[in-house]
Amino acid sequence: MKIKIEKRLNTPRYLSLVVPVVSIFAALLIMFVILTIFFMGRIGSFQGAFSETVSAYKELITWPFFNQYGLYSTISKMVPLAFVALGLSFAYKMKIWNIGGEGQLYMGALAATWAALFVFRGITSPILLITLVAIFSAIAGALWALIPALMKAYAKTDEIVVTLMLNYVAIFWVDYLVYGPWRDPKGFGFPGTAAFPEPAMLPTFFDGNVHIGIFIAIAFAILLQYIDVKTQWGFNSRIVGDNKKAATYSGIKVKKYTIISLVVSGAIAGLGGGVQMMGMQHRLMHGFSPGYGYTAIIIAWLAKLNPIAVIFVSFLFGGLLVGNDQLQMFYKLPISLISIFQGLVLFCLLGGEAIAAYRLKIEKAEEVPANE
Amino acid sequence: MKKLLFVLAILLFVASLSVAATRVAFVYVSPVGDGGYTFMHDQGRLYLEEALGEDVVVDIIESVPEGAEAESVFRGYAQRGYDIIFGTSFGYMDSMVKVSKQFPKTIFMHCSGYKTTDNMGVYFGRMYQPRFLSGLVAGAMTKSNIIGYVAAYPIPEVIRGINAFALGVSYVNPEAKIHVVWSNTWFDPTLEKDAAISLLDIGADVIAQHQDSAAPQQAAEERGVMSIGYNSDMSAFAPNAFLAAPIWAWGPYYVKAVQDVQNGTWTNEPYWGGIEDELVDIVMSDLVPAGVANLVYAMRESIIKNQFHPFQGPIYDQDGNLRYAEGEMASDEELLSMDWFVSNVVGRLQ
Repeated sequence: MKIKIEKRLNTPRYLSLVVPVVSIFAALLIMFVILTIFFMGRIGSFQGAFSETVSAYKELITWPFFNQYGLYSTISKMVPLAFVALGLSFAYKMKIWNIGGEGQLYMGALAATWAALFVFRGITSPILLITLVAIFSAIAGALWALIPALMKAYAKTDEIVVTLMLNYVAIFWVDYLVYGPWRDPKGFGFPGTAAFPEPAMLPTFFDGNVHIGIFIAIAFAILLQYIDVKTQWGFNSRIVGDNKKAATYSGIKVKKYTIISLVVSGAIAGLGGGVQMMGMQHRLMHGFSPGYGYTAIIIAWLAKLNPIAVIFVSFLFGGLLVGNDQLQMFYKLPISLISIFQGLVLFCLLGGEAIAAYRLKIEKAEEVPANE
Repeated sequence: MKKLLFVLAILLFVASLSVAATRVAFVYVSPVGDGGYTFMHDQGRLYLEEALGEDVVVDIIESVPEGAEAESVFRGYAQRGYDIIFGTSFGYMDSMVKVSKQFPKTIFMHCSGYKTTDNMGVYFGRMYQPRFLSGLVAGAMTKSNIIGYVAAYPIPEVIRGINAFALGVSYVNPEAKIHVVWSNTWFDPTLEKDAAISLLDIGADVIAQHQDSAAPQQAAEERGVMSIGYNSDMSAFAPNAFLAAPIWAWGPYYVKAVQDVQNGTWTNEPYWGGIEDELVDIVMSDLVPAGVANLVYAMRESIIKNQFHPFQGPIYDQDGNLRYAEGEMASDEELLSMDWFVSNVVGRLQ
């Protein structure tokens, strides 16, 4: 009998749900061991350390998902993640690897700030101003993605490299403006613009703790799902993603699809930047995003590029980030342990994906006739 | 009977007050192990726990980014009924203002800001005093007359520190110039070391700094030149380079602030403590000659006795304008919003 590892020809559907769940469990299990060892150093007894770890895990799950205030934080954190992940999955469907979500988010925020503080200064109607600011941010994200799109379509450059590099350019633009010409004159020199005017702030609910950006994200998810399933665009884009040659032969303009997919992808991420400014930050600051654009890549991937699933996975990731803060705040865990935990989650998820691409095959060894 | 009940109720109330430990939280911008700014706040936190023992329960969180992200952290503590929350970085200001309005029973204490609410106070130290003293050391020790200063953000706190340092330098050495490089970080050892190296490359033989890490000190140590630290005694990081450092001593202040809250005597009156309050001070290593050290001690005395103010005229800015004439001195408001360099600083405000 022989055990062979071989690549799966096609992954069964149930695995796409089972793999992430098992992976996250594996990460939680490994972290459980690490935390117990850590707490043993602090408390001294295994018994005490074990129950402290259990209580930390309770906190990790109950606060972000079952506590009113924790839920507010989770929803606030998930909004930018969801926007960028929605944008990215739109391009990924065509196997166009937009790694520039972070940069498009930044450019969206930049344009939103420009619109709210300078261009449309003086508009007092919230609906009008918010719409204009949102349009500006989406256009900025789209233009930022248009650069790699044109380069890919007409010069055959690799979009991964170009979109990634443009992230840094976008961050530097924002830094230049907040340290320089846009710095709030009344801000005591602190690097950041002035606050957005009242009418450019998104309406909030739950006592001002959650802004309506979450509904905009959900609306976009539904719209994108509709486009994917019910329209010619969705059908054609799948063909482009599966086989570019086949798409060309069937008369689909691949160049056009490449450009539009990247541009729409950037527009949604840019809109996310605008929403984050209007709903949460209310001013453009140095480093306002702690890497949302990169976390969103993982979210898009975990959600299997399905827009509705993106919303749920963003919710889970938002909660994970909030829960990690709680562990620091109430269990005195050092930030380095939190980083280990986040690394473990990613490691297990990616590892799980890789393993799921293979399967074990058990073969009975062939009888070799004795040769005597 | 009613009176008796009333008295009993009050007694019970007081008893419950003295039994329940005060819950205190600290929110830090960089890791506790930064060896500098956050490290010193955390030393203050440990001092507080030591001093008040059973009367306080203290929690901390490290590396919380500035800006709206911090809101959920402050809300998390406040919602759990913490009595007093210290936010130790400037960029938490707006988040703390917002959350403090939602949780009026919690006291918020913001380090280095300028906005207060009914239950939010501000506190900081007159770091410019020991900065001036460390400038005396640097000015006396430099031979190349090129002093490098690795600066954090171009905000008044940092600018004030550079100016005080430069005034100290010019007090003993009018020839020396202070060259400023911005890192735009609070804690990024790699970047801050590179910034120090760029200053060493133009011939600086003393390196001063504002960030939380000791990386600029190490850069000076490796080149065999001298350094002025910040926040804490950084001599362990650069034993052959480290001359002096203006330092923080938060412990006694944190004890007082928590006791004020416990006793109900807390107010949102801004607090700006100096050497005279033992909130800030200077440490010097053995590398500083006795003559220089004695000058520093003498100036320190006259600052404590209010006979000398580092920002007293005549002071000229970089463009040669007279900012403070003989006998004039900078007001607290002017110090808190400082956005210009004194004449012996080379470098620009971004």
